[in-house]
Amino acid sequence: MLIDFFSQLKKAKIPVSILEFLTLLEALKQGVITPSIDAFYQLARLTLVKDEQYFDRFDQVFGAYFQGIENIITLQPEIPLAWLEKQLQRVLTAEEKAALQKLGGPEALKKRLAELMQEQKGRHEGGKKWLGTGGSSPFGNAGYHPEGIRLGGESAGNRTAIKVWEAREFKDYDSNLALSSRNIKIALRRLRRFARTGSALEFDLDKTIHSTAANAGMLDIQMRPERHNQVKVLLLMDVGGSMDDHVARVAELFSAAKSEFKHLEHYYFHNCVYERLWQSNRRRRDQISATQDIINTYSADYKLIFVGDATMSPYEILSPGGSVEFDNRESGAAWLKRLLNHFPHYAWLNPEPEAVWQYRQSIEMVQNLLQGKMYPVTLAGLESAMRQLSK
Amino acid sequence: MKQTPPLSPSTFNGSSTYIATADLKLAVNAALTLQRPLLIKGEPGTGKTMLAEEVASALKMPLLQWHIKSTTKAQQGLYEYDAVSRLRDSQLGDAKVNDIRNYIIKGVLWQAFEAEEPTVLLIDEIDKADIEFPNDLLREIDRMEFYVYETRELIRAKHRPLVIITSNNEKELPDAFLRRCFFHYIAFPDAATMRSIVAVHHPNLQADLLAAALQSFYQIRSLPGLKKKPSTSELIDWLKLLLADGVSPAALYQSEENVLIPPLHGALLKNEQDLQLFERLVLMNRNHR
Repeated sequence: MLIDFFSQLKKAKIPVSILEFLTLLEALKQGVITPSIDAFYQLARLTLVKDEQYFDRFDQVFGAYFQGIENIITLQPEIPLAWLEKQLQRVLTAEEKAALQKLGGPEALKKRLAELMQEQKGRHEGGKKWLGTGGSSPFGNAGYHPEGIRLGGESAGNRTAIKVWEAREFKDYDSNLALSSRNIKIALRRLRRFARTGSALEFDLDKTIHSTAANAGMLDIQMRPERHNQVKVLLLMDVGGSMDDHVARVAELFSAAKSEFKHLEHYYFHNCVYERLWQSNRRRRDQISATQDIINTYSADYKLIFVGDATMSPYEILSPGGSVEFDNRESGAAWLKRLLNHFPHYAWLNPEPEAVWQYRQSIEMVQNLLQGKMYPVTLAGLESAMRQLSK
Repeated sequence: MKQTPPLSPSTFNGSSTYIATADLKLAVNAALTLQRPLLIKGEPGTGKTMLAEEVASALKMPLLQWHIKSTTKAQQGLYEYDAVSRLRDSQLGDAKVNDIRNYIIKGVLWQAFEAEEPTVLLIDEIDKADIEFPNDLLREIDRMEFYVYETRELIRAKHRPLVIITSNNEKELPDAFLRRCFFHYIAFPDAATMRSIVAVHHPNLQADLLAAALQSFYQIRSLPGLKKKPSTSELIDWLKLLLADGVSPAALYQSEENVLIPPLHGALLKNEQDLQLFERLVLMNRNHR
């Protein structure tokens, strides 16, 4: 029976493995928990889910699987046992579940329960309003309602059991990231250039042996500087407009790059590079850097990476004055060429899916300007971009 | 996995200075019983590191701590061979140079493995280290043994230590490593748990001051757009300051008509941008009325 539960987790795309499943069974055998569904829920989550972003999905699978299994309930004297006996288990479709409206917070539920207690006279089953079992009324057990009160349980009145897995507390953590930051970092690691600079801190064995031998056997310790990743990166990022759809992915990429490269400089542009760039979007009006200054400041061994969707109207690239923001004296293409001439290692990362590139004229134009060095923001794309840059 | 004798069958039930929720207790006890490492994640300041200290003192087990930095290598947890001082001693004709054991410095894992009683081993902030760091420790944590090449001996744990690993989620951990751990996410405590946590730290707090402080604390936490939401440890610091300052509950109390900037709010919001945002929001609210 638990194998079924396991395969449903697998089906919900939670990364579970057989090893973890066996661990769960072993834990059950060793009696880690007292047999209650709450403890089992905690134990199963503890052993099977290893990232809080999957907690919500786990809660849903758990709720769906164990709905109806739980019926060990002690009852309050006020509600006759027969009402709540599990007789009927209505299986609701997803639409029905969505259609069920929440009645408002726990307080509202309690109040309504009190009212219903006054009205209700007999046993009721499978309905939508009255107390009973198997229905979609918020009251009773074994039924489905997004925010239900489970009757029975602890001493004082009704226990407000918006249970953990039904409350779905971890909804916010769920994100179906195609690119996790770990993946990005591994991809960015391809861009490494180690060099020894700085003060001598590391013991140099080979040199020590040499100079000790030369010193007639008396020890002569030689030190050398540590190896550091010397790669320097200049990141130019497109912001605003059509880039808004890609903000999350670009932010992830940026934070991965920031922790991976020691020498990382970044500037923003809008749609296409012109004579000015800025470092902070909040202060883009008063803190502007001239693109020419950037070319003069950073040496040619910086790797130049553009991040942008290159989606704009063709004259934003081709003609002077084509910018949507200000009157540029020279065309975007001229500025792009100037940058590319100065930095021989460059790449353009495009968050738009590769399949749509051919339908956008501006993407094709930028691609031509860059001699085809445009890559999609996917793992494979990042890797080939980094390989190309490290040549 | 069965070569090592099991741990003493004790269980962890929280302590007088640490409030553990039911699922956290279960996590610790499952890790104890099944002898698996326990990986703890959670917002900063929810007591991840403190957990190991509390478990160790509650179960009366010695605590070994290994604080990870960005430069930490997995090997350093096992042992280090001090070749330089051996070389120096050989120049000086020291007799101990003949035994390589004199130059092997034991790491935290070795210490835990050879301890005469079960220990609690804390690997703190594992995500600070290099991205391959957890993979380098797989075998050691799984089989509880490692090989010392210099002396050609196999070090095997006399007692499997209870390994508690904390992570701040700065880097994602490799799957192979995760599969071997139990995972517990310390969720942010709800108001009731928070009240008992505060009661543990400040037993003499007047009830109404606490209620008022908690109310403004959760209000601040719910503000949209904060870079770093205040956490449990910040709340406790703030309460300490309030107590030291003798602030009255009335100064904290926020009604609909009267929105205040709570006193000493710098202890809650530690980011300059957050502070500005918060002050702006409060002012905006006031001007609206």
